[in-house]
Amino acid sequence: MSEIKDVVLEYIKEEYLDEDEDMDINFDTPLISGGIVDSFSMVSLKRFLETKYKIQIPDGKATPEAFDSVTNIFQLLKDFNVK
Amino acid sequence: MAFGKKEREHLTNELKGIVNDGIFKEERIICAPQNSEIDVIFPAGTDEKKVINMCANNYLGLSSHPDVVEAARKGLDHRGYGMSSVRFICGTQDIHKELEDKLTKFLGTEDTILFPSCMDANAGVFESFMTEEDVMIADRLVHASIVDGMRLCKAMTDTYKHSNMDHLEKKLILHEDKRLKLIITDGSFSMDGDLAKLDKIVELAEKYNALVFVDDSHSSGFIGKTGRGTHEHFDVVGKIDIITTTLGKALGGASGGCVSGRKEIVEMCRQKARPYLFSNSIAPVIVAASNKVIDMVSESTERRDKLEDNTKFWRKGLTEAGFIIKDGETPIVPVMLFNAKLSQDFAKDLYSEGIYAIGFFFPVVAKGQARIRTQLSAAHDMEHLEKALAAFIKIGKKYDILNKTKEEIIAKYGN
Repeated sequence: MSEIKDVVLEYIKEEYLDEDEDMDINFDTPLISGGIVDSFSMVSLKRFLETKYKIQIPDGKATPEAFDSVTNIFQLLKDFNVK
Repeated sequence: MAFGKKEREHLTNELKGIVNDGIFKEERIICAPQNSEIDVIFPAGTDEKKVINMCANNYLGLSSHPDVVEAARKGLDHRGYGMSSVRFICGTQDIHKELEDKLTKFLGTEDTILFPSCMDANAGVFESFMTEEDVMIADRLVHASIVDGMRLCKAMTDTYKHSNMDHLEKKLILHEDKRLKLIITDGSFSMDGDLAKLDKIVELAEKYNALVFVDDSHSSGFIGKTGRGTHEHFDVVGKIDIITTTLGKALGGASGGCVSGRKEIVEMCRQKARPYLFSNSIAPVIVAASNKVIDMVSESTERRDKLEDNTKFWRKGLTEAGFIIKDGETPIVPVMLFNAKLSQDFAKDLYSEGIYAIGFFFPVVAKGQARIRTQLSAAHDMEHLEKALAAFIKIGKKYDILNKTKEEIIAKYGN
């Protein structure tokens, strides 16, 4: 379980934080509402999850709420039986 | 009445929130033509004050140039005041077509379409030719008007870290399956004054079969050895598929913008771009003056050369005085202060010294990146710049920030 969370957290750090940014984020850091991931950039995260876990997330489920923290994303992945 | 007490209270509270957040914007009233020296009333109710203008986009000093004003006057006499029509009904005069042809030649593209502003050009261009099967990949610091244009378009959106070519390449690989891939960037970034790496972007576009879009609003007329823009600076003229730019900055400073590029894309804009189809034609007086401006910048590089000299003097002077400025070569020169309040206090003191420049802070720039943004003009003479530099140094000493590191300034004032 925590392995999936770690993978997602690592991707978010690399994808959305600048190298010189001294911000630390954890599983519960608000990503969309906290301004770390904007709505334009959410597509990368969605495509990453789909490719990594071989799933298709319908647009209706790829909501800002579902993507707003690593914990929320983990919950979403559970719906797709990702273990 | 629908707009009653409850509605008024709601909006009053919203406005109070903007004030409390420190982002309430106030207009300074200028009682003179736009120029390097202007008469300003600020705050409201005070006397007019003559100040040196260090914050206009009047890069070539053409906003009030007598030849441009004369061309506008002739345009008014010969083609009237307004068109009372959109372009495709009865709003296209011979001078509109003349200006589109001149811009095409000046920018080195295939065709050009005028819009009421570059904001409108950016709002209309993407949705005119891109759909769900396509992807737009934008630099994360592109101008707000591009962000709005992308929102209006149904194509997939993605971003890459500012000027990070490795990250852009990853995104091009990620979206390789899409029909049209469009890389979107500003030419000069208006807050930091840095240039997009257009040579590298074009290389990646060719490698991954993508198109390139550049908003050159802060470049057209003065970047590149003959002022054609960032594509001339990076020697990629003819390789940029879409250039949007404005007539509201260096090129006369009135208003109007355009999409210039591949003729099929321009034609799609003529058929489908909503700000073109549903907004009035640019007024003849502005079109006539803009035709004169393009003639002037095509015939001589004298004004962009003076701007370049002014920029070198200003960047060197600030650096030698011990300020931290953003590296670059454009006439947008941010003086870094890091702390929001310090940027506001510094701008206020500059104004007292007769220098008009604006402090920017979050959310306009990133947190901890507050600065005074200065902008040079060919209308500045050496005496203006020497006076402005002396004022910056005087105030820099007052706040004890000269020859200090970023960390030292933050330790003193916070970020």
